[in-house]
Amino acid sequence: MLTLQILIDGFAISSLYALGAVGFTLIFGVCGVLNLSHGAIMVAAAVAAWVFAGTYGAGPVGGALGGVVVGLVVAYVTYGLIVRPIQRSRLIPHEEKEIFVLTSTLLWGIMIQEAIAYFFTSNPKTVPPVIPGVINIAGVRTPTNELLTAVVSLGAIGLLWVLVNGTRRGRALLAAAINPRGLTLLGFELDRIYLLVWTIYGLLTGIAGVLLGAFLGVSSDNVGTLTASAFSIVVLGGLGSVSGSLVAAFVVGYLETCTAYLVSPTIRTVPVLLLLVAVVYVRPQGLLGRR
Amino acid sequence: MSGRTLWTGFLVALAGLALLPFGVGGYVLGLMTLAYYYGVFAMAWDLLFGFAGEVNFGPSFLTGLGAYAAGLLNHYAGWPIPACVAAGAAAAVVGGVALAVPALRLSGPYFGLITLVAVLLLQNALVLNAGFTGGEIGLDLPDVLSADESTNYWIALAFMGLSGAILFGLSRSAVGLILQASGQDAVEASALGYNVTKHKLAAFCISALFSGLAGAMLVFYLGTASVGTVVDIAVGVQVIIAAVLGGRRTILGAAIGAIFLIVAGELLRPLGQLSTFVVSAFALAVILFFPGGFLGILSSRGGAR
Repeated sequence: MLTLQILIDGFAISSLYALGAVGFTLIFGVCGVLNLSHGAIMVAAAVAAWVFAGTYGAGPVGGALGGVVVGLVVAYVTYGLIVRPIQRSRLIPHEEKEIFVLTSTLLWGIMIQEAIAYFFTSNPKTVPPVIPGVINIAGVRTPTNELLTAVVSLGAIGLLWVLVNGTRRGRALLAAAINPRGLTLLGFELDRIYLLVWTIYGLLTGIAGVLLGAFLGVSSDNVGTLTASAFSIVVLGGLGSVSGSLVAAFVVGYLETCTAYLVSPTIRTVPVLLLLVAVVYVRPQGLLGRR
Repeated sequence: MSGRTLWTGFLVALAGLALLPFGVGGYVLGLMTLAYYYGVFAMAWDLLFGFAGEVNFGPSFLTGLGAYAAGLLNHYAGWPIPACVAAGAAAAVVGGVALAVPALRLSGPYFGLITLVAVLLLQNALVLNAGFTGGEIGLDLPDVLSADESTNYWIALAFMGLSGAILFGLSRSAVGLILQASGQDAVEASALGYNVTKHKLAAFCISALFSGLAGAMLVFYLGTASVGTVVDIAVGVQVIIAAVLGGRRTILGAAIGAIFLIVAGELLRPLGQLSTFVVSAFALAVILFFPGGFLGILSSRGGAR
């Protein structure tokens, strides 16, 4: 019974972690950007879904769609207003662009967090689930929404896989991750590829945010923790490796769930942190990373 | 800007700030005292980032170690303040070396993540052992530096001045140049015969020493050690933003940035929750349009003249 409970809860949490981390690793892999406003974008999407569904009466589905759109818009703004100007800046030496992107996206994340707290308070908000109700799986009462979370997360990642491996544009995206200069020589415009990556990133992160808001609830205070979790999962799996992030998300999800159920919810994150330290020391490139 | 102008400006500013207790009230003094300790945090961070080129996401790991080592010794063993501060600095250096020796084998994001995880682990350890460490509420200390606001202010100012002079002097010395070379092109620096790892480790130790000292002094000023003031990720974020805002690779700029952040946050307090938003937006604008930070703006003006 407890085993099944852990299996089901762990599966839903892990799928959601995977979705949250895949976007983060994608823009690192292709654009070389570590986006520290990641958590803020997720929370913005979730809070938007809550506002649309509640205050504006758009209903659960309309709210969810609105939330995803807001996630996408915030991602575009992050790219257009912050990341792109830094990448094109002549004032910033090339080798220091990384730290500038880190500090700026960090500040941007704080701005989003504070704006949300100002307009919508920092109280926890739960997005109304698209499918309410409870399903009984072999004696374990599971909210239908929890299953939906897992299905949508894995479905979105599956779509991404098809896009990257099955279409010409997707393969160009993969090529940009490996050798951007070679790609420009073949006549592809990098700017358009980057825009495509940020679109995918915004959609994935927006969906992850809305699902998170419906599954666990969010507050603007979660911004930092969410970014740190995504960062941890991505490094554990290997920076820039999408399949590595998937594996790592499931390792982290199940480790946290087991700790919470079997030991104590208060130390939920500790084993993950220790594992992370161990992996980074022994195998800095992560579980499935390439050097 | 030449070293001489910077030294002169630094001394003039210190002399001017030393007169502050004669003109303003206790509230402003308290604020500035806090800002000076943050200034030391930021300068110590800049030595590691600006010169050694290592992005330490967890400056509050080092300050927290120093603060809690000093606080616990004072609370439980009743050690006098100087011994506690020395022990706090020693704890930060030992912890810093334990973190740096393996972590320096890593680079870029990996080093950053490990330092971030170190903070989270320390924070968890402190909160989970709340019975011993005081947890989220904080650990109250029997001793404080001084009950007098002006004395506290001068202690903090002198401490920041001395730390600034040592760190700035170091950054302008031959060692500082080697560090800078190691940070910008580690391969070439080692090809020239410099031991890059040894220099970076030394930078980490010095950074840890000053972070630990400042952390320990800060808790004796506040009279309490709490996770929120010395360990929390938000503290580390403030330090990083201060250093980049003031002008990276300048040491003194980091202190200016820290003082600016604290004072601006206070001036904008009437805005309520929006104050953090405004300060962050301003810092972001400076970073985007003037990547050299405050000191960068000043020195480019000076160059044009």
